[in-house]
Amino acid sequence: MVRSLLIRGMLAGFLAGLLVFGVARILGEPPVDRAIAFEERLMKAAHPGHEHQDEPELVSRDTQRGIGLFTGVVVYATAFGGLFALVFAFAYGRIGKLSPRATSALLAAATFVALVVVPDIKYPPNPPAVGAPDTIGDRTALFVGMIVVSIAAMMIALAAGRRLLPQLGLWNASLAGGGVFLLLVIAAQLLLPAVDEVPEQFPAAVLWQFRIASIGIEAVLWATIGLAFGPLAEAVLRRGQRGQWSHQRA
Amino acid sequence: MSNTAVLPVVIPVAIPVREVLPWLLFGFVMMLALYFVGAEEGATSLIPGMYIHEFVHDGRHLLGFPCH
Ligand SMILES: [Zn+2]
Repeated sequence: MVRSLLIRGMLAGFLAGLLVFGVARILGEPPVDRAIAFEERLMKAAHPGHEHQDEPELVSRDTQRGIGLFTGVVVYATAFGGLFALVFAFAYGRIGKLSPRATSALLAAATFVALVVVPDIKYPPNPPAVGAPDTIGDRTALFVGMIVVSIAAMMIALAAGRRLLPQLGLWNASLAGGGVFLLLVIAAQLLLPAVDEVPEQFPAAVLWQFRIASIGIEAVLWATIGLAFGPLAEAVLRRGQRGQWSHQRA
Repeated sequence: MSNTAVLPVVIPVAIPVREVLPWLLFGFVMMLALYFVGAEEGATSLIPGMYIHEFVHDGRHLLGFPCH
């Protein structure tokens, strides 16, 4: 059963990856190209004599925005589809009496908030030319740390909501859980150090387009996984239950 | 045509945790794949060179990972 769910999760992720590639290509590549053009202008301004000796590229721009981008997003999406299926296997039947489709949609929405919205508010995605190379270690650690804190806050909020359910009822317990999540996340965001490495001359419009594209990509990814995995999981779970059912009816 | 009237409604029954646990090994494999897209030859490096970094470069930026 878990094996079937895992395969279907990866399938939903792969499907999402194809859509994400389209969105990344159409919305994401233009600001990336503009950011790279800005980077080159900066380099030329800093070393006026070197204009004609561009160092040979390890990977061409066409490969980067073609098969490279495709590989990156499809692997990312498929891997997250698989992880999503495993989380679903734990969550299904344990967060209320939600159907497989509802569980999948709710879980994907929660994942989008915990994995994208919260970390991106503190450490927004950046195009090329933004970021000092020697801080990449710190920035990666902070970014991953923010995701870990965000997921932990989500689990604490869920536990708190469940605890309060008998006294407060579903609506108010959910609100209380949401409040706990917000409090924890805000506290973490105030405590963690800020990162601002946007060059002074960097065009604000390009930064905005890039970040909107990046968040849009994640929104398409999680919406697709959440909506595609639900029906696939339902088919698996229905098959798994058929045995029990014929028993009950006999 | 299948008869939808006899299609059983799926009653949410949790999958026993011990059935899910062994599959977490695959979760680790997924994380490794994410690592190669997001951080290899950037923050840390398992394989020398910059080829993987440059190859997945645009995806790495657009998926929100710190790069450069
Ligand atoms: Zn980069």
